[in-house]
Amino acid sequence: MRLKITHETSYFYDPPAQGLVQSLRLTPSVYEGQRVADWTISVSGGQRGAAFRDGAGDWIEGWTVRGPVQEVVVSISGQVETRDTAGVLRGHRESVHPLVYLRPTPATGLDTALRDLAHSAQGEDGLDLAHRLAAAVTQAVAYSPGVTDARTTAAEALALGQGVCQDHAHVLIACARERGLPARYVSGYLHSSRDGQPHDAAHAWAEIHVGPLGWVGFDAANACCPDDRYVRLGSGLDADDAAPVRGTTFGTGDESLDVRVQVEEMEQ
Amino acid sequence: MMNCYNEMLEGDRVREPYAMLSEWIETMPVEIRQMKQAEAEALFRRIGITFAVYGEGGDPDRLIPFDMMPRVFLQAEWRRLERGIKQRARALNAFLRDVYGRAEIVRAGRIPARLVYQNDAYEKAMANFTPPRGVYSHIVGIDIVRTGRDEFYVLEDNCRTPSGVSYMLENREIMMRMFPALFRNNRIEPVDQYPELLRRTLVSVAPRKCEGPPTIVILTPGHYNSAYYEHSFLANLMGVELVEGSDLFVDGGFVYMRTTQGPKRVDVIYRRIDDQFLDPLCFRRDSMLGVPGLMDVYRSGGVSITSAPGAGVADDKAVYTFVPEMIRFYLGEEPILRNVQTWTLWKDEDYRYVMANLKDLVVKEVHGSGGYGMLIGPRASKAEIESFAERIKASPGNYIAQPTLALSTSPTFVNEGVAPRHVDLRPFCLCGDRIELVPGGLTRVALREGSLVVNSSQGGGVKDTWVLTE
Repeated sequence: MRLKITHETSYFYDPPAQGLVQSLRLTPSVYEGQRVADWTISVSGGQRGAAFRDGAGDWIEGWTVRGPVQEVVVSISGQVETRDTAGVLRGHRESVHPLVYLRPTPATGLDTALRDLAHSAQGEDGLDLAHRLAAAVTQAVAYSPGVTDARTTAAEALALGQGVCQDHAHVLIACARERGLPARYVSGYLHSSRDGQPHDAAHAWAEIHVGPLGWVGFDAANACCPDDRYVRLGSGLDADDAAPVRGTTFGTGDESLDVRVQVEEMEQ
Repeated sequence: MMNCYNEMLEGDRVREPYAMLSEWIETMPVEIRQMKQAEAEALFRRIGITFAVYGEGGDPDRLIPFDMMPRVFLQAEWRRLERGIKQRARALNAFLRDVYGRAEIVRAGRIPARLVYQNDAYEKAMANFTPPRGVYSHIVGIDIVRTGRDEFYVLEDNCRTPSGVSYMLENREIMMRMFPALFRNNRIEPVDQYPELLRRTLVSVAPRKCEGPPTIVILTPGHYNSAYYEHSFLANLMGVELVEGSDLFVDGGFVYMRTTQGPKRVDVIYRRIDDQFLDPLCFRRDSMLGVPGLMDVYRSGGVSITSAPGAGVADDKAVYTFVPEMIRFYLGEEPILRNVQTWTLWKDEDYRYVMANLKDLVVKEVHGSGGYGMLIGPRASKAEIESFAERIKASPGNYIAQPTLALSTSPTFVNEGVAPRHVDLRPFCLCGDRIELVPGGLTRVALREGSLVVNSSQGGGVKDTWVLTE
């Protein structure tokens, strides 16, 4: 599939900010499932500084904007050729050891209910177990926007029994780690062909490291493994660590933002 | 009281390194000694060397007790120590380069992967990035104790930001001021070249994108930090700026410091703040001490950070047990300095042994430091042992145990005259394009009779450390 992505984030500062620094993980990963045809990141009034591929295989760009500034627009646009690899992250160059992803974080900390959920599934091998854990998470947490927020932890989402893709990913990661499977949070885009709401296009899922296959994606929110509708950006121990945008704004004012993401399928 | 090696006396005979000092002590009238001690204290007060002790109430800024009696090494003793320290510093840096790269030592099965990768100090942001010259720990502080004439053990390695070097320098300065004759009559190796060697070390690890002579700064968390005095002291002696996070900012791909003449590009940051606070965009988001965007600049070659983030994975007490293995693996040499036998409580067998022998052992937290959170079996009451055992049971993986070492003693001024007190040694090894070590270090002394705890937070003092020339 050839997917065209436009992703624009506008930040407004009142009073104007004295400057900002951002670290952007907003470039599609390179692996067998996707090839970047073209890709542009621009930050209005900004200067691109650092640009490098980190040990997890993610392309990182550091941007700075000098103040005073009232509005900053981060625009991403590009096209990605995707291929269905049944969720397997084949051909992805990275050097972080999988065991690093067994580390708990505040968002993925365990409680009794998470432990019970983790041990409710049995599998013949790592891959089978990962599938069953993902299915158990889909069952336990209903997709329901607006109930949780960016700070909701895995334990809280499971207790609520509701959440969005971030919560599904956190719950699955916590369960997989409890069962000794390295797991991580992946951020990216999703092309939803049927009911394509623009706000659904920014997406997140989990990857679990299983035996000889290596990293395999699991999208418990949609009860599937990522296929050619998915565009992978980067990973981390949890949503915070994998955030596509991390930034600091200097100033005392309020920040408001407006995000528009669109993923369209291009005619071949 | 166990039998300890006395560094001054072998039987009734005064050992060679202390021959002159022994006479000096005997001929010094008590009044003079008391006067000199008061003078030393006044000098320290005036200079402002204090350290902070938390959790005991009262003024946290204390004066560290200074003992005027130096601790002395012969040239031959020091040469061996020096070789051992440099060997260890080389191996620790090789290990760091390896575990953030191809991890050959893990592949070879010489150290468990879990100890490296599930270690909180392992920074995944450092994977696949090699700092200038492949050096991660630029100042390695190695804590050494002596148990016999030729027996030296390493208690622990400090690869992050070891402190105490200011005491090494100040102790010497004050001794020279108070007793110039001692330095005329003894040939003592100097240590005052340390700041210049440190500066040269930092210059040698300038980043790839640095043009011209590098600008160096020391990054401090601020004056509330217990080692703030040392930060400003070193900045002064090296002639570099002492800055806080808010004095630095990222613009484009570089780091700048705010000055009265406008922004000035910074090339090397000798940071004295912990990894987690360095950059809110990479580590803890709530950090106010760091510089937003610093890690991106660092990883793209725009600035150097010393020590490298993640260097701590080489110095925790669990990884410690593998340092002799690192020396063999990377250097193909046998370790010159010994490790203390260590029981790791996550192994069932070790756990059983330790729990049955708590009264004879020293138990430490894997990530603890400063003498906090440890049990010294032979000095603990039954109740203390029992309550510590409960803590161990709750999380055995957090503890290691070692035999109680018979630390050597060095003569120390006490109220009644001169008496042996237990000492350790922290030398500071510099790693850049070369590996350098000034002949000396910080000798810490347990001032309480019989005490084995030399930490300043637990009633320890400091001494000048001499290495005699041939």
